Amino acid sequence: MTTTTEHTYTYADLPGLMRLMTGDEKHGPAATSTLDALWVLYDRVLRVTPERADDPERDRFLLSKGHGPMAYYAILAAKGFVPVDWLEGFGAYDSPLGHHPDRVLVPGAEIGSGSLGHGLPLAVGTALGLRARGLTDPSVWVLVGDAELDEGSNHEAIAYAGPAGLERLHVLVIDNASASYARPGGIAARFEAAGWSAVTVDGRDHDALHAAYTAPHPGRPHVVVARVEPKEHTGEPKQHADDPKSA
Amino acid sequence: MDTMRDRFAPVMARLLDEDPRVAVVLAEIGRDAFEEAMRTHPDRVINVGIREQLLVGAGAGLALAGLRPVVHTFASFLVERPFEQVKLDFGHQGVGGVLVSAAASFDWPEGGFTHMAPGDVGVLDTLDGWAVHVPGHPDEAETLLRHAVGPGPDGAAKDDKAYVRLSVQANQAPMPVDGARMLPVRQGHGGVVVAVGPMLDHVLAATEGLDVTVLYATTVRPFDAATLRGAVADLGPGAAADVVLVEPYLAGTSTAAANDALLDVPHRVLGLGVGRAELRRYGRVEEHLRAHGLDAASLRARITAFLRAAA
Repeated sequence: MTTTTEHTYTYADLPGLMRLMTGDEKHGPAATSTLDALWVLYDRVLRVTPERADDPERDRFLLSKGHGPMAYYAILAAKGFVPVDWLEGFGAYDSPLGHHPDRVLVPGAEIGSGSLGHGLPLAVGTALGLRARGLTDPSVWVLVGDAELDEGSNHEAIAYAGPAGLERLHVLVIDNASASYARPGGIAARFEAAGWSAVTVDGRDHDALHAAYTAPHPGRPHVVVARVEPKEHTGEPKQHADDPKSA
Repeated sequence: MDTMRDRFAPVMARLLDEDPRVAVVLAEIGRDAFEEAMRTHPDRVINVGIREQLLVGAGAGLALAGLRPVVHTFASFLVERPFEQVKLDFGHQGVGGVLVSAAASFDWPEGGFTHMAPGDVGVLDTLDGWAVHVPGHPDEAETLLRHAVGPGPDGAAKDDKAYVRLSVQANQAPMPVDGARMLPVRQGHGGVVVAVGPMLDHVLAATEGLDVTVLYATTVRPFDAATLRGAVADLGPGAAADVVLVEPYLAGTSTAAANDALLDVPHRVLGLGVGRAELRRYGRVEEHLRAHGLDAASLRARITAFLRAAA
């Protein structure tokens, strides 16, 4: 088995890679809510490659919102972390690629996720641990959903990381307006109140995402709120939705 | 006598000095004792405030970054309130760490039920791979902390999962515990009584003059089935395989483990420990021991009734 790509995949290849998992010709906004933000992060920002997957100096990306991981798997395949021929088995008994990722099974996945609200506290600990080891260069990124921020564990992490000055910690919030109770602008405001650097951008605009990802934020953790098309509400709690395309 | 908890910060300060992988995570509780260690190792003694989900999640994140986290607060806020973090952030992520609790089942009776965790070992027992240490003396606490946190016998870095349950309840004298095996304390013929951690002195007083074997257990997971089987065999030919477990947490927590240990022997097991019903009482530790039937006189009555019932 090899996890290196034979040719270079581009952004244009991602729908085809996702089709291997879903069989769908086209994907709605829910399935692709994370796609652009993740692509720009992996393609232009994160300093991690399959060869560096165990390098202590690598950047860490933690997918906290683990449901609807097709875009994530497509990008891991495009970047050579997992073989493209794994994608068709998505969700099967003997496939390493479940509807929620498992770090023990998926090369390149820094955490397993599925239950919401675990990634950000894990990212805080990872940032603290890297600092304690004298590894001050690697960035730690964690992706959460806007409705995932309902979970109180996130607020413990947000309220701690700002005053603690965890400069290497970065949060990417995919805001598809899926929270049932939310105030406009509330996400960035809550991070800012805790002392974070915060930028809100169009989650489909690659250059705007890149600029937000790379904005300097000395002495403070950084959040990028990436706004995408509102999720179609199905009335089902997302955490328990059977539909893997729910995002 | 100092308490197990008095030993915790000094032991951890030495382990922090000795091993650059070790880190301590606190949620305010126990912070004062770590002031000096926090100055010496500001990046490896971390207080996250009153945030127990973050306490456990950040502890596991430290492990993901290659450290050996030691996570501490009262038992109810360490394994009950953030139970899913214990289950997923350590277990499912496949990383190790050491949870060190204080306050035990009813160390602070005046504090009431919110600060009592008789179910801590029971809920951890639903998870795979957690070693559970229940010291019965401050010296044993020190030994078991070092065993759980420090390097393995070959000097290799550990990455396993361990729970160390500290209590103000303690026996008068320490025993030479090793982090694995039960120790024989008395040899008899009429049954085997297993005393866990701080229950030993009560059990020894309760069984004074009775013809029973007494084993002392401080590491209850993994359960030392071999020593229990051996003690039952050593009761002698024709002796009934009667086993009494006396645990300082929820009664019956180890009954299934004892049954599994004696699968091929007809046997009876009596599981004694803290009762399930909420007492809604304050007061003193001794009063709670008595209310749960764990004082020497109550234990003697319950043990002899059980053994007599076999005859």
